[in-house]
Amino acid sequence: MTPEKNNKTIDTILLIIFVAFLLGINIFLFSGKYLHFDTQGVGIVVAAFLTLAMYSFLYKDNPLFKIAEHIFVGIGMGMGVVLTWLQVIKPLLYKPLIRHAIFDNTPGTPDYILIVPMILGIFMFARLYGKTSWLSRWSFAFIVGGGAGIGIPVIINSLILKQLEPSLQPIFVDWVVTWQSINILLILVGTISVLIYFFFSLPHKGTIGGISRIGIWFLMISFGATFGYTVMGRMSLIIQRIQFLLTDWLHIIK
Amino acid sequence: MNIFRRTIPLIIAFCLGIVMIFRYYVPHQSAEDLLTKYGEWVRIIGGFSIVLGLYSLFFTHYTKIKRGMPGWGYSIFVFIGFAVMVFLGLIKEFETFLSIISGKLIDVTSPFGSWEKSLTGTSYDWIYQYIFNACGATMFSILAFYIASAAYRTFRIRSVEATILLLAAVIIMIARVPIGGLISHWIPDLADWIMEVPNLAAKRGVLLGMCLGSISTALRIIFGIERGYLGGGE
Amino acid sequence: MIKFLLNIDRRIIFILVLLALIIPLKSQIFNMPVKPTSTVEKIYKKIESLSQGSIFLLSSDYDPQSRAELYPMHIALLRHCFRKNIKVISMTHWIYGVGIAEEALKKASAEYNKKDGEDYVFLGWKPGFAMLIIGMGQDLYSAYPTDYYGKNTRDIPMLKNVASLRDIDYMIDLAAGATIEPWIIYGSDVYKFEMGAGCTAISAPDMYPFMQTKQLNGLLGGMKGAADYETLLEKGTLVGENLTLEEKTNLAREAMRPLTAVHLLIIILVIMCNILYLLTREKK
Repeated sequence: MTPEKNNKTIDTILLIIFVAFLLGINIFLFSGKYLHFDTQGVGIVVAAFLTLAMYSFLYKDNPLFKIAEHIFVGIGMGMGVVLTWLQVIKPLLYKPLIRHAIFDNTPGTPDYILIVPMILGIFMFARLYGKTSWLSRWSFAFIVGGGAGIGIPVIINSLILKQLEPSLQPIFVDWVVTWQSINILLILVGTISVLIYFFFSLPHKGTIGGISRIGIWFLMISFGATFGYTVMGRMSLIIQRIQFLLTDWLHIIK
Repeated sequence: MNIFRRTIPLIIAFCLGIVMIFRYYVPHQSAEDLLTKYGEWVRIIGGFSIVLGLYSLFFTHYTKIKRGMPGWGYSIFVFIGFAVMVFLGLIKEFETFLSIISGKLIDVTSPFGSWEKSLTGTSYDWIYQYIFNACGATMFSILAFYIASAAYRTFRIRSVEATILLLAAVIIMIARVPIGGLISHWIPDLADWIMEVPNLAAKRGVLLGMCLGSISTALRIIFGIERGYLGGGE
Repeated sequence: MIKFLLNIDRRIIFILVLLALIIPLKSQIFNMPVKPTSTVEKIYKKIESLSQGSIFLLSSDYDPQSRAELYPMHIALLRHCFRKNIKVISMTHWIYGVGIAEEALKKASAEYNKKDGEDYVFLGWKPGFAMLIIGMGQDLYSAYPTDYYGKNTRDIPMLKNVASLRDIDYMIDLAAGATIEPWIIYGSDVYKFEMGAGCTAISAPDMYPFMQTKQLNGLLGGMKGAADYETLLEKGTLVGENLTLEEKTNLAREAMRPLTAVHLLIIILVIMCNILYLLTREKK
């Protein structure tokens, strides 16, 4: 037998063992009254199966993982459509405008101005058809242009000026050096050196090179902190899944 | 035709951009109303954009099935998941659709048709709770294993910078779990200092850089220099 | 041997991680007291200072993928508000977050017998991000003509005196993505309400500049932030007040045991790989 065929046989055996193991455990859980045969009980079993199917990817890519992944994508898109209809198109467009066009006995007056965003919305579909795709530019220009205009003053006011403010406060009061004044100075040095590091219009040589090197050190501390936090975040996700498997499904932890 | 294809979109972006900038400095109710109306319209247009996402997803998977590409069978599950969710989510909306077809307005009293109670407790909610939740949470958590493996393989003290990064990471990792504080109160104190001084300085530098970049991009869009959002072609 | 250890199969590391997570969950190893960080204390104190009937806005902008990190703090914050008879408006910018936001609200409100429309309101999801925030700042009733259940927002008793974001007493954004900045720049800075934030651990370091400028009054960062909040909540319990079984369930503090073990494991792995690396370098 070739090694490839051999691997395939091992994988098939593992798959059969995995499914048999799940089947056996679930029969035990239902018959032992750990889980009740209701919507919650079945839901927990389905969720446990999908969780383990997803984790099977750690061994290698396999059909169980792929099925779970594709179902997830389909459901996500389905939910997007449902919520967009219920929470956007229906209350904002169907009720105040379209409904009036279809029915004679609709109460109230139609909001005709909504025809404009409706047309711009429909123009978006034009992107799917080569010859008319330019129509979608009108919709994008409406969103992007307005967004750019709204963004400029608030970014200046709420981000740039507000962020500069604490860096412009006096470092030493009455020339007394305190721990706080050292920190303020360090933040100022760090912010400026990082900005200089990202300023590529000047060659990073001599003084500029030295300052940008300091900027790199500040960035490295920040990246290190972010890495530490990332580990915590990722591990938290897995802890929750293990808690689910051991508590809600297997009842090993009370 | 060029005027419709290129000039009008650029004029729309320019006019709206300029109006929205000046609106900020006009303390008048009409300026506020303009912003509210604009926001509402953007939300409506955005609602239509889901069709683009839907088309892109369906096209990819339909092509896979049609051509019998490797793994085409999995694509069927995308359609099954989608169809089930849409059916269950909109089952109570059928009266709206029926009323459209029959030409008679069945429901005129309630703003949301028969959808007055939430989807809680429905089959739709069950799928969200036990399938979507489980898959979503697990898929993301797989990365946890890889981050441990990557840390072991790549976290080497090859240079001064790498050493600084490693030290900061280790201090934060030990300080953000209870054992850090039990070893010495200096560990969480040092971690707080790292976060509030060097980390803050670096993040502020990055933030200011990003803000300046965003403003320059926004100005380029308004003045028609940046045209990437128009897509390719004429 | 060194080469073998340096190139150890990833699946062995996976098993070590798994053991470091499971053993402390099953046993009480690493069961240690949690010392709250100052950024969390600020949020706790702010909510403590709010009077009965104050309006608290909670925007839970996350989906199942970040549920593990943000749901514990979500529940803890709601419990704190309901315990203090603070009125809660809940909403989400994330389309897939609707189910979780509703679940948390239902769970916490049931624990304290709070009523929909009187003690809390669930506005649900609407697209628009910044545009939605601006809309809420201008006129809450037109940004959300109805709540999630289709009730007219103008007719909801709790929202009678809440015409816009200006009428909010305090707000927290629980974010898995980039929603805190829009809430600051289009929301709290413009409509002048105090704001705090809870976020996934990965984005916690990005939020520190906003705390120095007081644009955020405090921060709950990831699981540690939630564990800190649970600790403060328990410490703040009045003498003689009996905690319900649900209140005693501390999702985040339970997770601190495996988290301690796995952090230690990774630190040990990093130190080990560096020793091995230095040894190979010396040999060369």
